[in-house]
Amino acid sequence: MTLDARIPPGDIKDKWTRFQSEMKLVNPANKRKYSVIVVGAGLAGASAAATLAELGYHVECFVFHDSPRRAHSIAAQGGINAAKNYQNDGDSVWRLFYDTVKGGDFRAREANVYRLAEISTSIIDHCVALGVPFAREYGGTLANRSFGGVQVSRTFYARGQTGQQLLLGAYATLSRQIGLGQVRMHTRSEMTDVVVVDGRARGIVTRNLVTGEISSHRADAVVIATGGYSNVFFLSTNAKGSNTSAIWRAHKRGAYFGNPCYTQIHPTCIPAVGEQQAKLTLMSESLRNDGRIWVPKSKGDKRAASSIPESERDYYLERKYPSFGNLAPRDIASRSAKEVCDDGRGVGPGERGVYLDFRDAIARLGRPVIEERYGNLFDMYAKITGEDPYNTPMRIYPAPHYTMGGLWVDYNLMSTVPGLFVIGEANFSDHGANRLGASALMQGLADGYFILPSTIGNYFASSKLPALGADGEKALASAADESRALFTKLVNIKGKRAVDSYHRELGTLMWDRCGMGRNAPGLNDAIQRIGALREEFWTNVNVPGSSNDLNMSLEYAARVADYFELAELMCMDALHREESCGGHFREESQTPDGEARRDDQQFCYVGAWEYTGKVSASRLHKEPLSFDNVHLVERSYK
Amino acid sequence: MEFTIRVWRQAGPGSKGELKVYRANNVSADSSFIEMMTELNIHLLEMGDEPVAFEADCLEGICGTCSMMIDGVAHGPEKGTTTCQLFMRSFKDGATITVEPFRAGAFPVLKDLVVDRSAFDRIVQQGGFISVNTGNAPDGNAVLVPKDQAETSMDAAECIGCGACVASCKNGSAMLFVSAKAAHFANLPQGQAERYRRTILMVEQMDKEGFGACTNQYECEAVCPKEISVNFIGQLNRDYMVGKLKGAGGK
Repeated sequence: MTLDARIPPGDIKDKWTRFQSEMKLVNPANKRKYSVIVVGAGLAGASAAATLAELGYHVECFVFHDSPRRAHSIAAQGGINAAKNYQNDGDSVWRLFYDTVKGGDFRAREANVYRLAEISTSIIDHCVALGVPFAREYGGTLANRSFGGVQVSRTFYARGQTGQQLLLGAYATLSRQIGLGQVRMHTRSEMTDVVVVDGRARGIVTRNLVTGEISSHRADAVVIATGGYSNVFFLSTNAKGSNTSAIWRAHKRGAYFGNPCYTQIHPTCIPAVGEQQAKLTLMSESLRNDGRIWVPKSKGDKRAASSIPESERDYYLERKYPSFGNLAPRDIASRSAKEVCDDGRGVGPGERGVYLDFRDAIARLGRPVIEERYGNLFDMYAKITGEDPYNTPMRIYPAPHYTMGGLWVDYNLMSTVPGLFVIGEANFSDHGANRLGASALMQGLADGYFILPSTIGNYFASSKLPALGADGEKALASAADESRALFTKLVNIKGKRAVDSYHRELGTLMWDRCGMGRNAPGLNDAIQRIGALREEFWTNVNVPGSSNDLNMSLEYAARVADYFELAELMCMDALHREESCGGHFREESQTPDGEARRDDQQFCYVGAWEYTGKVSASRLHKEPLSFDNVHLVERSYK
Repeated sequence: MEFTIRVWRQAGPGSKGELKVYRANNVSADSSFIEMMTELNIHLLEMGDEPVAFEADCLEGICGTCSMMIDGVAHGPEKGTTTCQLFMRSFKDGATITVEPFRAGAFPVLKDLVVDRSAFDRIVQQGGFISVNTGNAPDGNAVLVPKDQAETSMDAAECIGCGACVASCKNGSAMLFVSAKAAHFANLPQGQAERYRRTILMVEQMDKEGFGACTNQYECEAVCPKEISVNFIGQLNRDYMVGKLKGAGGK
C-alpha cells in the first residue's frame, strides 16, 4: 500500500477553503442515520464529539475516566496560540505557519500546518463564546503572552490553567449534547480493540472497568482521541492513566504508526528526587518569559545559588542564542540543559538540574506582578519541593512530555484504515520533530471543533457503508473474545513481580537509550533488552484479583504489555533515522562544533510503520515531505 | 518515615466494608500521599493481599480524580491541596493515618476508596454550559469582558470537580460545586442569556441526585483544594430566587 496524504491541490493558502467547498456533504436529515464512536474526551475528543452531535450525527463517546472532565488536556498550563495579531506585533497566519514548520525542524506536512494556523483564530473566537475565562486587559480585550521559539505575543491564556479552562469549555459543550441525548456517554470504559469489517473500521471493543464486562459496539466510523504515549518512559509529565493502548491496538489492526521515535522532552520540569517517585511535574514554559536559566560556570560548585556571584554564573541560553535567549525552542532548551549537566555543572540532588531564576524579574517588576502571572505555578513548586521560588531559584530539568509521533493520518485525519480517524496528540500530527509551546491545545481543538467534523462528512458521503451482515457480527464477536482472552491470560500468570516494577525498568531503559541522546549500539542493545524483559513479563507478572470486577492492577498490566511492543517500535524507528532532528540528538549525526545535524538528503520524510504480525518484522513506509513554501534551512535561533 | 495506615476496604457497591490496618515503612518525606499508597500496594501484593483500589491521575492537583478522606478531612490536613499534592512531610513520623473514601449519599462507593461521582456530570448536563454551536462565534474581542469580571469568573471556574465539598458537608450538599459552575458563567457577558434557566435546571438536578441542602457551615470552603469561596453560594441563591420570579427554567 502506498501512502496517499490526499492533500488538495492548489496554493497552500487556498487548500482548506477549496477542500471545504468541494467536499461531499451529508444531507441534514440523513446525518442522524450515521453513528460515530469517539474514544477519549480530552480537548480533541470532547470537541469532536460535541461538534459531531451538533451537526446531527449520533455519537457514542467512551472514556476510561470516571468523567469526561478528567482527561490530561486539563493539566496544560501555559496557553494556546492563535494568529490574531491583537498585539499589532506583526503576527499573521503565515508567520504562525512558518514558526510551526521551522519549530518542527522541517519534519511536518506543510499543508496540515497551514490549515492549523488558519483555523487557530476561529478556535479563540469559539472558546470565548463558550465562556472560557481567558485573561483580559483592563479595557476588556483579550491578553497575550509570548512563548518559546517565536518572536511575537500570540498566546492566549487563563492563569496557569489554560488546558483546564479549554477542556472545561469542551466538556461543557459535550455535556450539553449528552443532556440533549445526541451523545451517549460511556465512562469507565476502556477501548481494547478496533473492529475492522471489509477493510473499514466499523466498531470497537471495550472493557467496563467496574464490572470487567467486555462488549463490542458498532458504528459507521471510529474516532480515536486518546492522547500520547510519553508514559512509555514511566516518569513523564503525563497523568498516570495516559496510555498507548487504544492507538497501539488500532496499529495492530492496520493503522500505520507515524514517527514513533519523535517524543518531546520538555525543558522545564521539576527534577526527579527519589525512587518512589511516580511522575514528573511540569512547570509551564511561560515561566521562561521572566525567568533566567543558568548554572555555575565551574564544575561541582556546591554553593547555594544566592552565594554565587553574577560573574560566576553561566546564563547559557542567553549566551548561545542571543536573539531568542531563554525563549529558545523546547528541543534546544532541553538539549542545552542536558549538555551543561553532562558537563558536571548541574545543580541540586544528583546534579541533574539547572536554575530558573526570577530574582531579576522580581527586582524589575515587583513581586505582585510575578505573583499575578505565575502565582499558582510558584505555589505548586513550593508544595512539591518544599522550597520558596520567590527567594531561591527554581530547579528544573527536562522530562518526557508530549509525543509528536502517533498514528499516521492523511489530510482528512483518517488513518490507513478507512473509517478510522485519529485526532489530537494521538495522531502523528502537525508538529514534525518538535512541538512549539502552546500549540498542542491549538491542534487538539482545531482537529475536534473544525477539521474532523468536515472531513468525516466527506467520508460518509463518498463511501458505501452497508449494514453489518453475518461477517460483521462475527468480527465483532471474535474481537471481543480476543480481548477476553487477553485479560484472562494476564490474571492467570500469577507470577512474582509487580507490574509497576516492569514499567519502571522499561521506562528507565527508554529514557537512557531512546531519550534526548541516541546512538546505534545503545538502541540495538535496548531492543534486545526490551525483548527479554517482555518475555519475563509474560511469565512472571503478578496480577492479583479477577478479570470480572474493578481491578486496577489488571488495567495497568494490559497497558504495560502494549508499552513493551511500542517501545520496541520506537527504538527501531530511532535506529533507522540516522539524523539529529528536533529534540533527538543522534550522536552519530553532529556538526564539528557538536550541534545537531539534520540530514535532508536522506531523511526528509515521515516514517510510517506497518504492523505485520510481529513488531520486529514491522515494515517501513515513507511519505516524502516537500517544502514549497518554507524553504529547508538549518534552524538557527542564534 | 514509618506510618500505620488504617484503610477502608470494601469489595463492591453492596458489600459491607471495614477499616483494615497496615504498616507503611521506609516512606520518603518527599513522597506524595499517592506515592505512599502505591508503595503500600506493592507491599500488599508481595504479601499476597489485594491492593487497595483508589483513584488518582494527573498527580498535579488539577484533574480532580483523587479523593480520599485523610484523618477525617477531605484531601488531608494541608489547606488548598489535593491528595496527590499532599506530601508525607506534612505528617509526623510514626503517626497513624486513617484513609476513607469521600462519603456522601450521592457518591456510592464502588470499591475501597473509589466512589461514583457521576452525579456531578448529570448536573452539568442540565445547564452547566453556554448553548452555542461551533461556527457561530463572533470575533474574540467583539465582546469586552472587564478584567475584574473575568477574574471572578476564573475564581469560580477553577473548580476541579473532585467532590471534597460534598464529602466534608454534614448534609452532603453540592452547593459549592453547583454555585461555582453557575458563577463561572454568570460573571461573564456571554453567560447572561441562559443565566437564570441554567441556575434553576442545575439546582433541580442537584436535588434529584440526593445532595443535601446548605446550612452555611462552610466546611466545603475549608477543604476545597482550589479554595473556592462560599460567596458564590450567595450568588446562586440570589439567581435561583430571581429566576423563579422570572419563571425561568422550563425546558
